[in-house]
Amino acid sequence: MSDESQPQVDNEASDDLLSRRGFIKVVAAGVGACYAGAIGYPVYQYLASPVEQAAMAAAVNEVTLPQAASLPKNTALMFRFGSKPSILIHHDDDTWSAMSAVCTHLGCTAGYVPEKKVIFCPCHGGTYDARTGANISGPPPKPLAPYKVEITDGKVIVTRA
Amino acid sequence: MEKSSSPEPKSTGSSILLHQIWNWADERLGLEPIVQLALKKRVPEHRHSFWYYWGGITLFFFIVMCFSGVLLLIYYHPGESSYESVRQITYDIKFGWLIRSAHSWSANLMLASAFVHMFSTFFLKAYRGPREFTWWSGVGLLLLGMIFGFSGYLLPMDDLAYFATKVGLSIPTVIPEVGPWIASLIRGGPEVSAFTVSRFFALHVVVLPALFIPLLMFHLYLVQKHGMSIPESEEQKPESERKSVPFFPNFAMKDLAMWLIALNVLALMAALFPWGLGPAADALKPAPMDIHPEWYFMSSFQVLKIFGQWFPGELGEFIGLAVFNLGLILWVLIPFIDPSSKNGRRSRLATYFGLLALFILLATTIWGYAVLPPATH
Repeated sequence: MSDESQPQVDNEASDDLLSRRGFIKVVAAGVGACYAGAIGYPVYQYLASPVEQAAMAAAVNEVTLPQAASLPKNTALMFRFGSKPSILIHHDDDTWSAMSAVCTHLGCTAGYVPEKKVIFCPCHGGTYDARTGANISGPPPKPLAPYKVEITDGKVIVTRA
Repeated sequence: MEKSSSPEPKSTGSSILLHQIWNWADERLGLEPIVQLALKKRVPEHRHSFWYYWGGITLFFFIVMCFSGVLLLIYYHPGESSYESVRQITYDIKFGWLIRSAHSWSANLMLASAFVHMFSTFFLKAYRGPREFTWWSGVGLLLLGMIFGFSGYLLPMDDLAYFATKVGLSIPTVIPEVGPWIASLIRGGPEVSAFTVSRFFALHVVVLPALFIPLLMFHLYLVQKHGMSIPESEEQKPESERKSVPFFPNFAMKDLAMWLIALNVLALMAALFPWGLGPAADALKPAPMDIHPEWYFMSSFQVLKIFGQWFPGELGEFIGLAVFNLGLILWVLIPFIDPSSKNGRRSRLATYFGLLALFILLATTIWGYAVLPPATH
């Protein structure tokens, strides 16, 4: 750092000095990097731990909702598909649909409005079709991701479409 | 760092830019006097210089404790779920055991180095004028550090933590009249419970840091203001014979080397002897056989026990408490009892007092551990 202030001696000696200085710098930087790594790695892993756990929890392909079959018509049930807020709707004609309830606009949780039979996001007024999840009006750029619904033995089984 | 502290104009483009940035900041913040002070600062060099490192080592452990404490704060829950959250940190969260272990070990190592620092400054008579406030703030920091330890010890709410806190908080009850009321107020009820954990948590992470950090700044400011104290043996030498080294870079590099040693010791202890977690606290289970306080309370624990055996009932504990507090008061007032080294004369009385205090602390601590029954789990 203060190489310039070193007095100029004959070339050989100053070369030696520089190389020794350079060597020490490299070793110090290397050792410093090792310490930074040895401290930084556990701290990173510690902080990232729930991120990994959430990713593992999200990696599901099927969710069983045992009591959902008794859901009245024209009502909806909110549930988690992995870690994702999702919605199951029992329609008037006894058909079912399920989809992600995460608004494709800015990620609020949308909900079913029985009077209008649509899925509505209160944050910015986005509206989705309650059967397909298609975006009907408002800012949402994409439809809600749909799931497959199966009813067996009074249980509702939701799977990835 | 070094570049910005030596703002000499240089020919290269980047150094001109650095110089301009330096000037810009200096005009607004007045940095030059600080740099001049840092460059002028010198550290005396003599055969007792080794003891100068211990304040810095204590500071290092405090810094580690702040960082590891913030990391623990991310997953810790005070109150009813405190045990479960510490169990998760220790067993579920990656490297959680290491962060927790580093926090506990740095706390213990900080108090150990603070004791070394305090006794070394005592025997070198560094408490004498004009450094009385440095001494008092240092004693205050140590006491706050011990309260940090006591409050932090409860937070995992395992059986040892629970019973140690129960015993610790029954000590103030021997104070006549107000004792039981004080104890209940600290506990948040008649028993140690989730309420106690919540208030100890608030104390540990907000109240104590808010008191400790300004006091620490004051302590460090005074060290800069008065410079390093020199022992009597050096004071007797004429000024021309006293040796010293510049703080930057000589002493700072040695300080850094000490910090590196401290870091290595801490890493070894934390990794090889990870801090354990006992079974969850249960008031209905008998206390563990080897119930005892942390080592830094062992001496006062044993003194209370001894006086409890000499005098029946609460009287013994009260006398024990009184003796301990009297000792502490004398310790705090030592700058007045031994005010200055007139004519460079050594004060043997203060030295004997210090040796006696050290002997009592060590002897009662060893005694306390010697009479402990073996661990049951």
